[in-house]
Amino acid sequence: MTPLHYYLIFAALLFSVGLAGALMRRNAILVLIGIELMLNAANLNFIAFWRYSPTANELVGLMFVLFSIGIAAAEAAVGLAIIISIYRHHRSTQLQHVDRLKG
Amino acid sequence: MRMLSDIPIAFLMIAAVTLVSAVCAMSLRNLVHCGLCLVLTFVGLAATYLHLSAEFVGFAQVLVYVGAVAILIVFTILLTRNAEVTLSPVSQSSLVGLGIAIAVCGSLVLPLVTSPSLRRLPAQSLAPDAQVQRIGEKLMAQYVIPLEALALVLTAAMIGAVVIAMRDDPERNDPSPSPQNQKDTGSVSNSPAGTALNSSSSTSSSQRP
Amino acid sequence: MPSIVNYLWLIPALPLLAAGMIALLKQRHRSLSASLSIGSLAISLGLSIAAFVPTLGPIEGGGGVKRWVHNLDWFEFGNTTLRLGWVLDPLTAAMLVMVTFVGLLIFIYSVGYMAHDENAARFFCFLSLFAAAMLGILISNSLLLLFMSWELVGLASYLLIGFWYHKPSAAAAAKKAFITTRIGDMGFLLGLLWLYGETGTLLFYDNGNGCLEQSALNRLNTLTTAGGMGVATAISLLLFCGAAGKSGQVPLHVWLPDAMEGPTPVSALIHAATMVAAGVFLIARVFPLMDVDPANVAGSSTALSVVTWVGAVTAVFAALIAVGQNDIKRILAYSTVSQLGYMMLGLGAGGVAVGMFHLLTHAFFKALLFLGAGSVIHGCHEEQDIRRMGGLRRQMPTTFLTYAIGMMALSGVPLLFSGFWSKDEILHAASVWPVSRLPFYLGLFGAVLTAFYMTRQMFFVFFGKQHLGKEAHESPTVMTIPLVILAIAAVLVGFWGTPAWPWLHAYLTGHELHLDLSALAKSATLMLISTAVVALGMISAWRLYTRKTPSSPQALDPLEAAQPAVFGVLKNRAYIDEFYEATVIRLNHLLSVTSDVLDRFLWNGLVQLVSLMAIALASVGKALDQFVINLGFDGWCGGLKQGARGFARLQNGQVQSYLRVIGLSLVALVVVLLWERRR
Repeated sequence: MTPLHYYLIFAALLFSVGLAGALMRRNAILVLIGIELMLNAANLNFIAFWRYSPTANELVGLMFVLFSIGIAAAEAAVGLAIIISIYRHHRSTQLQHVDRLKG
Repeated sequence: MRMLSDIPIAFLMIAAVTLVSAVCAMSLRNLVHCGLCLVLTFVGLAATYLHLSAEFVGFAQVLVYVGAVAILIVFTILLTRNAEVTLSPVSQSSLVGLGIAIAVCGSLVLPLVTSPSLRRLPAQSLAPDAQVQRIGEKLMAQYVIPLEALALVLTAAMIGAVVIAMRDDPERNDPSPSPQNQKDTGSVSNSPAGTALNSSSSTSSSQRP
Repeated sequence: MPSIVNYLWLIPALPLLAAGMIALLKQRHRSLSASLSIGSLAISLGLSIAAFVPTLGPIEGGGGVKRWVHNLDWFEFGNTTLRLGWVLDPLTAAMLVMVTFVGLLIFIYSVGYMAHDENAARFFCFLSLFAAAMLGILISNSLLLLFMSWELVGLASYLLIGFWYHKPSAAAAAKKAFITTRIGDMGFLLGLLWLYGETGTLLFYDNGNGCLEQSALNRLNTLTTAGGMGVATAISLLLFCGAAGKSGQVPLHVWLPDAMEGPTPVSALIHAATMVAAGVFLIARVFPLMDVDPANVAGSSTALSVVTWVGAVTAVFAALIAVGQNDIKRILAYSTVSQLGYMMLGLGAGGVAVGMFHLLTHAFFKALLFLGAGSVIHGCHEEQDIRRMGGLRRQMPTTFLTYAIGMMALSGVPLLFSGFWSKDEILHAASVWPVSRLPFYLGLFGAVLTAFYMTRQMFFVFFGKQHLGKEAHESPTVMTIPLVILAIAAVLVGFWGTPAWPWLHAYLTGHELHLDLSALAKSATLMLISTAVVALGMISAWRLYTRKTPSSPQALDPLEAAQPAVFGVLKNRAYIDEFYEATVIRLNHLLSVTSDVLDRFLWNGLVQLVSLMAIALASVGKALDQFVINLGFDGWCGGLKQGARGFARLQNGQVQSYLRVIGLSLVALVVVLLWERRR
């Protein structure tokens, strides 16, 4: 059976990939994708810990993930709507063009 | 000494495919390709959930992420397609970002590798009882308030997405835009959000036993 | 108290108002300004007569002089109240009538004389101002008010003498008059302050508290100052300095002949009736103070002795110079100085009435002479040299007749003319002066000279051959009518004070008046002497100038031919101006050069040193500012700015840089947690 920390390392790597993408790419959509990946890595952690916890029958981690997926869906919808709105405004989805709110 | 049979080949393969597709999704030039790779990543994750005997979550993952979020992203990519510009492949700031990401990765992985407590956990217990029926009971009894709150959040997100993505009327001097315009813009720009909403609601309804 | 006393201030106020109104008019309103000033002075004349009438009448309650005062508080400082006021007594009333009457005639005459001057409105403005100031002197019951009016008179005379300021000589004469009188006024001011310090009041009469009343005089009588001189004497002498400056007594007479640069009506106004009379009037006004003497002998106090001597010397000295002059107005000017000397002599030796009598008669006939001279000058196209005139009696009969009357009055032709009576009074007073007989002889000699130079002038101007290139013409009626009126007055005024019927004397001093023909007989000797003296002067002049009338203007004067040295001295005004030039002015110049050098090198050096020190201090401060404070602040501000810029750069609006920070923070958090665990 696969040890727990394999999953954790897998989740960490996935998180890092998402983070790298979010940090490196200029396109807002890709940044959003990176964030989704990070969220999924977190979900994976929940599932992995749930699976290996002594009280797995309480389904706590599972519930967390279900709600997280719901929140993620909402987040994706709103985020993409914002990207479309920005695109209309700037004719661009490049993040470096969107700095109107700087101090 | 570790036996060959101890090596979790299935997990490693799934993890490898997922990671590679994730890297591709983050690094490919063509955004549509990125979206497709993202779909593959989500599928791999779903497989990992199945591997962890969380079947319901795995299917939910497929439905929500692959069926809704990824499609939504691809739609957005297509909608903003003409904005895509070719980027210089490696810039200084992206290198900095990469360094930070590697540092974060190290700071996450290093404790995992060196931590002794994780190894002491029981390798694997019996698969927990995660029948859909139990999940539904839990949701409707113990987690009913978070569920309702999530429903509220989703509703708010839907309305918010509609409002945000609504097309700005060029001649918007009039503080109250005409209902005709509102309806048109809503129907045009709302289709991706509507898809996401539909799929998520169908997800929650399918959780019912 | 007659009600006119309360309105006495109107007499000077009206001409002052007229002056103010004319000053606001434009220059071309010639007739309006003339009528304004003449009208205001005519009203003043009416008021003066109204004020004169109550002072006539018999004196109620026995001796003393009728006198009404009206005092008011001017302003207060501390516990002291400065009070001003006006007084109506015979002296004031008589002078008021004389000044307004003569002034009015001069004003009327000016209309004709200044008809072609484009600044006539300004002229009338100054004339009115002058009249107002002069009337202010007359009515004032306070030495302070008198002094203020006195200075106003000085200012107005400055303006009038320098009226034709485009002529350098006129401007210089105006300055000379102003500065010379200022020297006397300095004494006046000192006397005024001293008097105030001793008596605490400057009011002349204040119900027994005034400085001319018995209590104050008694107090002053007991005080002495340095050298055993009485305080009253010292104050009197200081006041006399002012009077000498204004009245042109030796040695301050130099301004008066030069003042002839002004228009002739001005000369008449200043030299006949008013300004020069102001000094005499001042002495008459403060006569009680002058008369204070421990010995208490009438007319023999130290101050009055000085007045007498100065007057006598002036009378002869100026008459001598007048003999050698050729300018018609200059002769009259020196004659005025001489007559003022007579007035002073009369005041000092004989008291107020004697001096004032000559002042009043002189005002009329000298105004007449000046106006006549103006008429001659006008008729001869602004020619003033008597050697270039001659034979004018046919062309200018009215002027000739009136001028002859004035000349005879001035010379003292017996019985008919006013000058005889008043001069006779003076000589009489001098002859009985207890101190010395010398002033009497000086007066006699002056009388000879007066008759001589007036006859000489008459011969040059009206007789002999005509030397004038152009045709002379008689002056317009507006100029001759005042001449006629003045001529009549010059004759009649004398009868106020004949020894037989000394009305003026009684009026001024408050004595009982009675007709006493025997007095005439008593002074017959003196009258004979003075008649002889006048005859001597006139006959010698007649002999000298009818026989040897100079054939041409360039010919030598007969006197000059006889005694060139003496005549040269006289012609050059006894070199007084040159003397002053050599002494006072050179000294002044030396002083000013010294001051200039001191200023330039010593004080300037000191000032520059101080300023250099200030500059050095300032540069130190500047350096401090620049390199310490400014740099400190700049550094501080720069630091703040850079810090702010750094923080602002963090807040650059790039989402990914925020995310980077979050990632780094995560790393840091992990490191910290591990570090904690490791310990």
